[in-house]
Amino acid sequence: MKARVHVMLKNGVLDPQGEAVRHALGAMGFDGVQGVRQGKVIELDLADGASEADVEQMCEKLLANTVIESYTVELV
Amino acid sequence: MRAAVVVFPGSNCDRDLAVAFEQAGADVTMVWHKDSTLPDGVDIVGVPGGFSYGDYLRCGAIAANSPICKSVADHAARGGYVLGVCNGFQVLTETGLLPGALLRNAGLKYICKTVGLKVETTASDFTSGYGGGDVIDIPIAHHDGNYFADPDTLATLKGEDRIAFTYTENPNGSQNDIAGILSENRRVLGMMPHPERAADAGHGGTDGTALFRALAGALTTA
Repeated sequence: MKARVHVMLKNGVLDPQGEAVRHALGAMGFDGVQGVRQGKVIELDLADGASEADVEQMCEKLLANTVIESYTVELV
Repeated sequence: MRAAVVVFPGSNCDRDLAVAFEQAGADVTMVWHKDSTLPDGVDIVGVPGGFSYGDYLRCGAIAANSPICKSVADHAARGGYVLGVCNGFQVLTETGLLPGALLRNAGLKYICKTVGLKVETTASDFTSGYGGGDVIDIPIAHHDGNYFADPDTLATLKGEDRIAFTYTENPNGSQNDIAGILSENRRVLGMMPHPERAADAGHGGTDGTALFRALAGALTTA
């Protein structure tokens, strides 16, 4: 089983990298972009017996900093 | 004063920090990130600047979960002193010893220059060697020094006089111009600027010296 963890900066936390991407897109002529938020995707290859609850713990303890980031877990 | 300086893979200010402690009269031991205990009798742990674990995942995140950091947290819980500089500040927020987080600089650029810092409180053994409101010149060198905390945390830091230093001209987008903060018991200081890089005439400035001298004074008589 694999788990795919999506980590994003929380709403309200400034994302200067996303802003830079938005500016670049605008400069390239893509006028239809109102905002860009940049996050990361972490794929975990899980051993038998590892549970979604384990992945939640991994997110809380290491994969995300919940002061500034939110995360979602997707089992695939 | 007995000091221990933590060395992670990727630390690059560890020896500078050790020299600054030594020049203030400290007996310094370097400790490796895989060590699980601190030397006996350590008064203060220095968590140095650099790029621990290559800044992988998030700055300080992997270091915060290294074996030595458990000992550093235990040391702090016993009332021990901790000084985290730059990457060390990031590590201390990731461990939860200090609140908030350090985000990418608002201007996206890595900034390496000397900045003005205002001493916001002298009520700590780190800052008692300065005068309240003093402006000191200390170098910064970081890409992720943009201090962030939720409004309640910022109000608490302000209300409890735990903001140690602010930038006179905000270089990185930090909320409330925050450059360094203290723990609730005022014995843990995290700061993005590098006092150990302004601690010798050869550095071009010595405004950081008073921090190490104040610590030595407090911890030698303790």
